[in-house]
Amino acid sequence: MLSRTAENLFWMARNMERAENTARMLDVSFRMSLLPSSLDKEAQFEPILSIAPGDGRFDELYGTLSHENIIRYVALDQENAGSICSLIKNARENARAQRSAISSEAWESLNSTWLQVQNLDYEGLMRWGYRDFFDWVKERSHLFRGVVFGTMLHDDGFRFIRLGTFIERADNTARILDVKYHVLLPDTEQIGGYVDYYQWGALLRSVGAFRAYRRVYHDTVYPWRIAELLILREDMPRSLHHCYQVVVTTLDDLAGKKPLECRRIAGQTYAQLRYGRIDRVFVEGLHEFLTAFVTRNNDLGLQLEEDFLMTPLAMAEAV
Amino acid sequence: MPQNTNTLTAEIEADDSPADYYRKFFNEMREPDGGVRPAYAALAELLDNLSIDSLVTKQNAADELFRRLGITFAVYAEGGSTERLIPFDLIPRILDRSEWELVERGCLQRVKAINVFLYDIYHDQEILKAGLIPPEFVLLNSAFRPEMHGVDLPNDVYAHVAGIDLIRTGPRDFFVLEDNVRTPSGVSYVLENREIMMRLFPEAFAGQSISPVGNYPERLLENLRAVAPGGADDPEVVLLTPGRYNSAYFEHVFLAEQMGVELVEGGDLFVRDGYVWMRTTEGPVKVDVIYRRIDDQFMDPLAFLPDSMLGVPGLLSVVRSGRVALANALGTGVADDKAMYVYVPRMIEFYLGEHAILNNVHTYMLREPKQRQHVLNNLENLVVKEVQGSGGYGMLIGPASTAAEREAYKARVLRDPDNFIAQPTLSLSTAPTLRDGKIAPRHVDLRPFVLSGKETSVIPGGLTRVALREKSLVVNSSQGGGTKDTWVLER
Repeated sequence: MLSRTAENLFWMARNMERAENTARMLDVSFRMSLLPSSLDKEAQFEPILSIAPGDGRFDELYGTLSHENIIRYVALDQENAGSICSLIKNARENARAQRSAISSEAWESLNSTWLQVQNLDYEGLMRWGYRDFFDWVKERSHLFRGVVFGTMLHDDGFRFIRLGTFIERADNTARILDVKYHVLLPDTEQIGGYVDYYQWGALLRSVGAFRAYRRVYHDTVYPWRIAELLILREDMPRSLHHCYQVVVTTLDDLAGKKPLECRRIAGQTYAQLRYGRIDRVFVEGLHEFLTAFVTRNNDLGLQLEEDFLMTPLAMAEAV
Repeated sequence: MPQNTNTLTAEIEADDSPADYYRKFFNEMREPDGGVRPAYAALAELLDNLSIDSLVTKQNAADELFRRLGITFAVYAEGGSTERLIPFDLIPRILDRSEWELVERGCLQRVKAINVFLYDIYHDQEILKAGLIPPEFVLLNSAFRPEMHGVDLPNDVYAHVAGIDLIRTGPRDFFVLEDNVRTPSGVSYVLENREIMMRLFPEAFAGQSISPVGNYPERLLENLRAVAPGGADDPEVVLLTPGRYNSAYFEHVFLAEQMGVELVEGGDLFVRDGYVWMRTTEGPVKVDVIYRRIDDQFMDPLAFLPDSMLGVPGLLSVVRSGRVALANALGTGVADDKAMYVYVPRMIEFYLGEHAILNNVHTYMLREPKQRQHVLNNLENLVVKEVQGSGGYGMLIGPASTAAEREAYKARVLRDPDNFIAQPTLSLSTAPTLRDGKIAPRHVDLRPFVLSGKETSVIPGGLTRVALREKSLVVNSSQGGGTKDTWVLER
């Protein structure tokens, strides 16, 4: 297939997945802000901006950290390329460029999602109820994935969509975990020790893993188990391990026997997640582990673009 | 050149009632006495048995289908472009066998002559040496591409796809309004209109034999493959589009899908080691034939407009070395501007030794002082156009203009008279059209599509465009025109 097509499909999926994750993260942050905490309210919003920094112009455009400003900037502001509305718009634009490469159901799903937010303003969102809005974004993302899975030919185009979804999701899970470690447990000696039940509960909910945790561990919430669940657990659909399992098998299907560099990078990361143990991760330092993961995951994205000629840069070497 | 009085408008009075007005033109369906012309006999019977309500219902169903299929075109206006549906009228335009044969022979003859002409001016320029066309008309024409001089093309074909705009004034009187041999569009409507008509009126297709048009994409592909550079046994054909903001983007998508070829943009192609390649996820793929829907000057930023983002840097050198074929070839535009149009009958005589089967419309060249004076004195009766204009933009329709508009236009003409031609207002034939719950006559034209590759052929019928506004003569989709399905009866 044309590299441009692959590129559009890949970014269509990444944008939609990121919109979902941004909604999840806003959701959990607002939940947390309702709980008693040693931190003042403003400080609680800070992590939102470090996970979803958007175009980095929050301070310039809004200044004060407040509930309203965060919603305006992270959910609605179409000038901010990282807002939920901009991400949905980008997903839809990428789909529009490739309408003939996706099923009409997939197009219609994205298009109607966009039509519902294109003129949404703060007042409208508050009438809607921000919690309901976040739920709606999550549902639209679920619907999009389901429609893609259920209506599209499972060919190379489909595979690039899957790659986009799971590379983006791995990035988001790692960032959410990392930020919560920073904020809640800034002292390294406390990692693995102190438990703030509600805060960690909120974190689990943000990745939809609260009930999964209960089912797997039948126990109270401990941070190292949360880490294990979200990093190493194979059957947890938002865990790094699960994401990379999909990425590696999808690349196998895409590349056949070709020894592409992206497969080596993905395989190396996958081996670490598949055969790793959580106590080793903590010894190494969870923050260091997650930071390194985010960097490698990003490298994988760049390498994919190069290996599949998605960037004109790669052409020179390819011929 | 003999003036053909047929093209002159009947005496139109501004306050003619619509019925009086339309009675003065040739009616495709009815004789002057109201009788039905033979080609329309079966349709007339069908319409008699349908209530106007059920026609309106079918019309709504057709509109809904077009919307659902997303068949749109973009309209350029100040402040951006918008997507619109091109209006479709469900009463077909019908030609019988003998009428069609006349049109077909005429179009084939014309395109053959134009292809020989293009070969000639990019080689020995015999026609210029013979003094039949002033050399500066060709050599100083902005569409002339000196880069193509001496370049040999497969089968000597330049205009692989041509659209010939025709109007009709009488039973056997067809006139060529213009030749489109750059990147003519509209064929997707021919195919989609037919699809929709077969859904809405299956009984009409069952009752008489109407020439099918559906194999156009296959024939186009066949012709494109036929002009691949030597040695390619399974040539890679691509369709090059300017992208989704182009007014004809829908058609590009449609044709690429129907032909099963990749729809590419400039950024998908690159030149390396003397060949053109396409970026794919499997690696670079060599491209043999580019069916391009981008104008010449955007094709190669190294050779033409340097800031074009649509083209492929270095493409021209590959074209010149014969390692990739472009359809249409670079430099075809020199044959179809409105000043060159005047000379097409001479080309036919010079190259083919035949008389033109289809008439030209009498054309005044405003660069000639005498003709210019005549035109400026008679603006209210004439249509004045820019030589390079298209899409119905920038023209003056004398009878429909105000004195102030004529004055303003006159000033424009005088600034650059070479850039203008004038023609009599034309008596476009009319065809019955469903408007506001009534069947009323409206002016129509016809654009048959001519394919050249191994051999030259025409798809039966073509695109009938209809001026939907009352008494309007402008059929362009950008200016209130719509389309109809065009039926050619097999017997």
